[in-house]
Amino acid sequence: MKQASLSVENINKYFVGIHALKDVSLTFVPGEVHALLGENGAGKSTLCKMLSGASRPDSGVIRIDSREYDGLTPNAAKAEGIGMIYQEFNLVPEMTVYENLFLGKEIRKGLDVDRNAMIARSKELFAELGVEVDPTKKINELSVAYCQLVEIGKSMLEKVRFLIMDEPTAPLTTQEVEALFQLVRKLKSQNVTIIYISHRIEELLELADRVTIMRDGEVIQTLETARTNRAELIRLMVGRELGGEFPESIRTPGNMEEPVLQVKNLNTRELHDISFSLYKGEVLGLAGLVGSGRSEIIRAIFGADRRETGEITVNGRAVRINTPRDAIEQGIAMIPEDRKRQGLHLELPIADNISLIKINALSKLLTVSRPKERALIDRFIKALSIKLASPEAHASSLSGGNQQKVVLSKWLSTEADILFLDEPTRGIDVGAKKEIYELMDRLRAEGRSIIVISSEMLEVVGLCSRVLVMCEGRLNGELRGDQVTQENILELASGGTLPAVNIGS
Amino acid sequence: MKQMKWSAIYRKYGVFIILVVEVLIFMLLSENFRTLENVMTIGRQVASTGIAAVGATFLMLTGGIDISNGSMLAFSGVLAALLSVNLGLPLPVAFVITLLCGLGFGLINGVAYTRFKVSPLIATLAMQTILKGIAYLLTSAKPIYGIADAFKFIGQGYLFGFFPFPLLLMIIAFAFGFWVLDHTYIGRYIYAVGGNAEAARLSGINTNKVYMIAFGASALFASIAGLMMAGRLGSGQPAIGTDFPMDVITAIVLGGVSINGGSGKISGVLFGVFIMGVLSNGMIMVGLNDYWQWVIKGVVLLAAVAMSNVEVRKR
Repeated sequence: MKQASLSVENINKYFVGIHALKDVSLTFVPGEVHALLGENGAGKSTLCKMLSGASRPDSGVIRIDSREYDGLTPNAAKAEGIGMIYQEFNLVPEMTVYENLFLGKEIRKGLDVDRNAMIARSKELFAELGVEVDPTKKINELSVAYCQLVEIGKSMLEKVRFLIMDEPTAPLTTQEVEALFQLVRKLKSQNVTIIYISHRIEELLELADRVTIMRDGEVIQTLETARTNRAELIRLMVGRELGGEFPESIRTPGNMEEPVLQVKNLNTRELHDISFSLYKGEVLGLAGLVGSGRSEIIRAIFGADRRETGEITVNGRAVRINTPRDAIEQGIAMIPEDRKRQGLHLELPIADNISLIKINALSKLLTVSRPKERALIDRFIKALSIKLASPEAHASSLSGGNQQKVVLSKWLSTEADILFLDEPTRGIDVGAKKEIYELMDRLRAEGRSIIVISSEMLEVVGLCSRVLVMCEGRLNGELRGDQVTQENILELASGGTLPAVNIGS
Repeated sequence: MKQMKWSAIYRKYGVFIILVVEVLIFMLLSENFRTLENVMTIGRQVASTGIAAVGATFLMLTGGIDISNGSMLAFSGVLAALLSVNLGLPLPVAFVITLLCGLGFGLINGVAYTRFKVSPLIATLAMQTILKGIAYLLTSAKPIYGIADAFKFIGQGYLFGFFPFPLLLMIIAFAFGFWVLDHTYIGRYIYAVGGNAEAARLSGINTNKVYMIAFGASALFASIAGLMMAGRLGSGQPAIGTDFPMDVITAIVLGGVSINGGSGKISGVLFGVFIMGVLSNGMIMVGLNDYWQWVIKGVVLLAAVAMSNVEVRKR
């Protein structure tokens, strides 16, 4: 195969209010494994979308061989031999492996398809890749690892020259990871350029030739993996310093004599043996990579997901929480991760959103007392300074920050003493973020207890006096006071250990 | 820009404009349509659709749909006639038993959906056939005649000599629907579940209970409509109601209720019911046969859903 080069020059991309890629320039050397590393939101996925044609840059150039593009379409990307393996596979579960491989480009024999030829070609292909897959098996009979192999096989059939892999090892077991690495090396030997996204630093060091660190939409540095190490990579990823946006008092430790919520031996399909306590008046951070089980912990406690085992104690009393309703009755509130899908009713009035949880308490003989409802709504619009045209306007008409305030109002109306905030500031502007931090500090000072989850490492460090770090469904350590640093969190989140860190009890 | 304006006007006054235009067209085309007597006839004719539409609106607002209400109409009329005529039960007792049975079948629809995840369309399609079968079994496929005058009154009686009693029942049903949807917390739950079931569940709403209420209400109101229809026909007829779900669903969608749930007002549905009623009556008055009526009603349903989808996409 002829050697091909791929580079991007001065790529910029803006989303509403966010500069997602800032002047990104990168060159991928033919036949290399090039890793992209960075926190969530650093811009890796956005960059890959530009390459696969899923999204167009607002300015800048993509150069392939000697051809210049100011943006690719999915078809153009395909024609140039750029393939992408997504985390969710694009396979038809009810069809066989070979049918999936040849979907839309079946080998024909007259009007019929030539099954035998396709099966034979599939076998050849897998032999070339050095893996064993039975082409006549159905996709839904295969494990995740095999589905991934089929996806890679599909790319190979399309004569891919550049293969983008987004966290390919996330769902794999250790053995399967080793097999995948073999395959990646094989592809590399066939001169395929691999663009590899992963959070697992050890993996990158083992597999990649070069690694590019991204942060806040910028390329920070490209290093040869042979000449770097874990510590340096973490330092480069973190980079940013704490600014003044966090209220100083928010990191006041809670009253360690008074646990308000205790969780013991919590197990679910995704979580293993989680035990920890939340103390009165503290802001406790739950950190970890996406998919490590952070959200699952609070969802399981809140009764939103099924628990296999686990005891929950609220204010010293063992409680049974099987539904969100039970949790609300125990004085727990949960501001969910996905504001639009889980938090809000976008097509209902702002007013109805705010009063939703308390609405039955505001009713007599089923009938809602409008004055009481109005008073509740006005109180929160004022307390959280929600900027709106009218409380009767749809929630969808609000900005992200104000939408989040509506969700917060809804939950604060329950007077809950225990609050779970999952990504409370995702996608909202700086001003609203600051207001939410200040609100959290007020709640803490009132003696309420908060668990906060954030993909922004800096936010966790700025808000929390104590942080539990998750890794692959387990608690991998607890950090307190001065130990709460971005470096330490990343170390624990990516599976490392710290000498002086004890597991939360 | 201009298109935006048109869709805003349609959203606000669409049903009203359609009704007025429709009435004007039929007034031009048919002399008989213009009589006061015919106005009252329309009032009587729309009542059963209207009453069933109230319950069906609850269900559609949660995102569900009920196509078993046609057979429910037949089943309830037949059962009440059977209980009161053949078994000689007093009317109130016969009615209560009938309505409880109707409610029960609606709750079975609800269980099929909430517990066994059968989609509302399929669950009520099955129930449509089951109830039709039961209605025929109960009567050996023959109408039950000889119902009491009081029974007939609820379907064909006039108050003060001119105001159709069924129309009064329908007004009461809509008033009830308005109260539930606009003034009770149950109504809020219905909108919340239909708009975003996951957000509703996480807000502590027992979504299954809301679905059960909605399926139950749809069946119960269809059952009431069935009693009225039997009264109007003066008999329990097992074969009626085949076009009924179509009329009810079209009326609701015309009234601006989203077929996906979560939005729409009961006041709009009232207009939708009259649009359908005037259409049925007017088409007969101008001499269109059943076959043409079916074609036209089908087109109206398609157009109504298409219009509401166009609006949604614009937002």
